[in-house]
Amino acid sequence: MDSPSLAFKVRDLTKIYGSGVSAVHALRGVDLDVREGEITVLLGASGSGKSTLLNILGGLDTATAGSVHFGRENLTAMSDDELTLYRRNHVGFVFQFYNLMPSLTAFENVELVTEIATSPLSPGEALDVVGLTERRDHFPAQMSGGEQQRVAIARAIAKQPEVLLCDEPTGALDSKTGRMVLKVLQDVNERLSTSVLIITHAAATADLADRAVYLADGRVKDIVVNEERKRAEEISW
Amino acid sequence: MSPLDKKLLRDLWRMKSQAAAIAAVIALGVLINVMMGGLINTLEETKRAYYERYRLADVFAPAKRAPNRLLKDIAALPGVAAVEGRIQGGALIDLQGVDVPIRARVLSLPESGSPRLNDYYLVDGRRMDPTRDDEILILNGFAKAHGLKPGGSISATINGEKRTFDIVGLVQAPEYLFSVAPGELAPDDSRFAVIWASEDALAKTFDLDGAFNEALVSLSRGASLPAVLSGIDRLLDPYGGLGAYGLADQTSNRFIVEELKGLRSSSTVVPPIFLAIAAFLLYIVVSRIVQSEREEIGLLKAFGYSNFAVAAHYFKFVLAIATGGALLGCLLGIFSGCGMAQLYQNYFKFPFLAFEVEPRAFIMGMTVSVLAASIGALFVLIGVFRLSPAVAMRPPAPADYSRTMALAQFIKLRLDQPSRMVLRRLVRQPMRAVSAIVGIAAGMALTVTQLSVLGSFNSSLDLSFSVIDRSDLSVSFVEPIGQKAIYELKRIEGVIEVEPFRSVPAILRNGLRSCRGGIEGLQSEPHLNRAVDKEVKPIYVRSDGIILSKALADKLAIDPGETLTIDVREGRRPILEVPVVAIANTLLGAPAYFERHALNRAMKEPGRVSGAFMRIDTAHAAEIYRTLKEMPIVAGVNVKGEARQAFQRLMDEGAGSVRYIMTAIAAIITFGIVYNSARIAFAERARDLASMRVIGFTKGEATFVLLGELGVITLAALPLGAILGYALLQLVASGFSTDLYQIPADFVPDAHGTAALAVIVAAAFSGFLVKRDVDRLDLISVLKTRE
Ligand SMILES: Nc1ncnc2c1ncn2[C@@H]1O[C@H](COP(=O)(O)OP(=O)(O)OP(=O)(O)O)[C@@H](O)[C@H]1O
Ligand SMILES: [Mg+2]
Repeated sequence: MDSPSLAFKVRDLTKIYGSGVSAVHALRGVDLDVREGEITVLLGASGSGKSTLLNILGGLDTATAGSVHFGRENLTAMSDDELTLYRRNHVGFVFQFYNLMPSLTAFENVELVTEIATSPLSPGEALDVVGLTERRDHFPAQMSGGEQQRVAIARAIAKQPEVLLCDEPTGALDSKTGRMVLKVLQDVNERLSTSVLIITHAAATADLADRAVYLADGRVKDIVVNEERKRAEEISW
Repeated sequence: MSPLDKKLLRDLWRMKSQAAAIAAVIALGVLINVMMGGLINTLEETKRAYYERYRLADVFAPAKRAPNRLLKDIAALPGVAAVEGRIQGGALIDLQGVDVPIRARVLSLPESGSPRLNDYYLVDGRRMDPTRDDEILILNGFAKAHGLKPGGSISATINGEKRTFDIVGLVQAPEYLFSVAPGELAPDDSRFAVIWASEDALAKTFDLDGAFNEALVSLSRGASLPAVLSGIDRLLDPYGGLGAYGLADQTSNRFIVEELKGLRSSSTVVPPIFLAIAAFLLYIVVSRIVQSEREEIGLLKAFGYSNFAVAAHYFKFVLAIATGGALLGCLLGIFSGCGMAQLYQNYFKFPFLAFEVEPRAFIMGMTVSVLAASIGALFVLIGVFRLSPAVAMRPPAPADYSRTMALAQFIKLRLDQPSRMVLRRLVRQPMRAVSAIVGIAAGMALTVTQLSVLGSFNSSLDLSFSVIDRSDLSVSFVEPIGQKAIYELKRIEGVIEVEPFRSVPAILRNGLRSCRGGIEGLQSEPHLNRAVDKEVKPIYVRSDGIILSKALADKLAIDPGETLTIDVREGRRPILEVPVVAIANTLLGAPAYFERHALNRAMKEPGRVSGAFMRIDTAHAAEIYRTLKEMPIVAGVNVKGEARQAFQRLMDEGAGSVRYIMTAIAAIITFGIVYNSARIAFAERARDLASMRVIGFTKGEATFVLLGELGVITLAALPLGAILGYALLQLVASGFSTDLYQIPADFVPDAHGTAALAVIVAAAFSGFLVKRDVDRLDLISVLKTRE
């Protein structure tokens, strides 16, 4: 089965932190296909390896064994410089802790990414998408957690990436704000057919995904395919 | 502007106190180099220009009485560019209200026009009227010291003839930048005068019509000094030539050369050490600043910024601080160099200044600052780049407290929570603590060294003027005379003890090395003026050989047991070969001692004395001075108290004032280092401290955690600083020593105590400044960002 094509093809992916007695097996042979243009939700208990997997997919971390293909390219074989280019040109990140530059305004935080992207939205447009046009000149310390997270999303989508990787984007938000953030992600997915991966602890979020992947103890335990995706507005938790 | 550059500017602004503190330290390190380089270049260039403009002679050739026609023969010698003959002689000046007779030198000026060589600069008044023989010019410094002005008059005894002269002008001359009374080491404006009078008048007084007793010679380019000297000596020999000598041996020039050498050597050794220590601090602070940006570095990497782009950003950041500091240092260095030069202009009595900078100091300051900052940033960046962005971005690495477990268990019962936090942090990041300790210790070492140098000067003075020389005054005679004079001195009321000496001017040689000086013939067991060894025990002068001062022995590279050649420049001018029997530990001057009778025997002039050291009852001092003034055999009187004061002034105003400035800069750098350590610790801990405050610790407890660490580090730095300071002193002591005085590299307890106290005060004050920031800590914004 060749269509739809794959964003990521993950085979026997293993990640071990440390060595010897203190070695932690974060991933113990993950096999996973992430389809292009779909929303994939990653679920699982704390410590099950979700962030580790996402980081490796995003080229933020390297695997101990196994392979990850992004289209034709094998991420696990890439050099540091190639990974840098890969992140720059293809991936948008939304981190659990926002990770905004405290000394830059909302606008400038987005600009930080559009500077080096090949065909980005303007920072203004990106902030428009997340509904923060009027906060563009505020510093992170002057914004609420939800606002900071939306800046982080604007920053991630501004470069119009092929994949959007989000680690608990709603973790620190109330459900109303969370829905708003999810709606933005869904819009991006639909408008730009960006592949979106979302880590979440809220099982209800799975309803808006094409596919929900359950991790346990560093392995894929289950994959649930939704025939019908729910709209972000319909979800509550 | 790119967002990264905006980040750079905002981060600089956010860290302005830290950035300013470290930039200030590096600025001081650069400043002192630029200042000293500029000062020395300016003084040397000024001296050169002054000598050139006023045609200072290259050779001085005194004789008893040489006919003027001989000047033509001298001019004909190969290598001689110009010749001037003049009359010079000693005089005693009698000033109202001054008991001690003042020695003076009188010099002749040609009847018309300026002298061909050794011109003068008229500060005040007018030139002499060639038709009058009672008009004189007088050295400005002396006139100022005694309030003499043009229009006034002065009475002087010249060649036994007492006369009154009208002062018509005050002058400065390159020949007398320093006026040093014969037989003394330190210059004193008030106790030595120079008088210029008409040639005719002096020819009459000294009975030198149609003759001269000193030839001044300037050399043509490329001339050989030794050849010219021996040529002149040959010509003057039949006329009582006393030996021609070059400018290098001229008293005033020798002083200025030694002072400049002292300045230069202390400025080549000391300021680079200041800079090195400032650079070390810069290195530490920069690496800690960059280290604290680890998460940002990871984030930039996560976005796809290349290592190069990220490194470029941080290099710009640290170089902004480093070059900012270095540039500031250069600028301030130029200014303070000029300021210092103006101070020194007075001291050296230059009529003008030729400002010069020292480009090498700029280049060195810039290079060292840029390198220190770059290397500091580079090492950290390499370390962070080795991490995957995912790891680098993780908020502060989960602390590994396992190492502190044993300790924690041990102290659990004894210490409260905040104390434990202080200790854990020190143990957990030992390298950071060690570098902070070394930094503060290095800062303290600077202060220790500088204070030790100051202290050593004082002990030098004590040693020389209390232990070595225990007389109250010394008298020198017009010429070596018989013992009878000593009895005359002993008869004066109030004189307690008289100890004769014979001193002989000579050129001392050892192989190719030579040195103009003299031999002091002392009593075999001297009471009043003694030689001492390293343990400050008296050395008894010996009749079987010479005892050399350490400075002289070093200069001649001669050891006990070897033979010294003494080329005597007095009387029959014999050449003596005498063994060196010991080395004495004198700190001032560079004397050579011999037993008096042995010296007289060698000179074949038995029973002669050149003068005497005297101990007197101070109640009779004034009368004694007056009696001495009336004695025709007395050429001059040196009062030890005055000589000591002159020396103290030399130390305080000359090269000495630089030492005070260096000490001040050392103290500021020490403070800067301590303050920077406190600042950076605060910057790194701001989040932790805010968290502590949030979970209910008081401001006091939060401050304690921060300052406790600083306190422990400061205390640990004190002993190390003392050791480093002592080691540094060994390194720089020779740099502060000159031919005139030596700095012993001894342990000076006061210096260590004061420096330690200064470090503690600096720590307390820094703590106070940082505590205000802890109190002002904006809990919300600190916790909100970065998480
Ligand atoms: N740098 C690291 N060093 C050592 N162990 C690590 C490191 N990063 C993660 N781990 C371990 O790997 C395992 C998986 O971690 P990961 O962060 O992927 O979990 P997660 O599923 O994202 O959990 P959560 O839902 O709590 O975010 C955990 O046991 C964690 O302790
Ligand atoms: Mg996670």
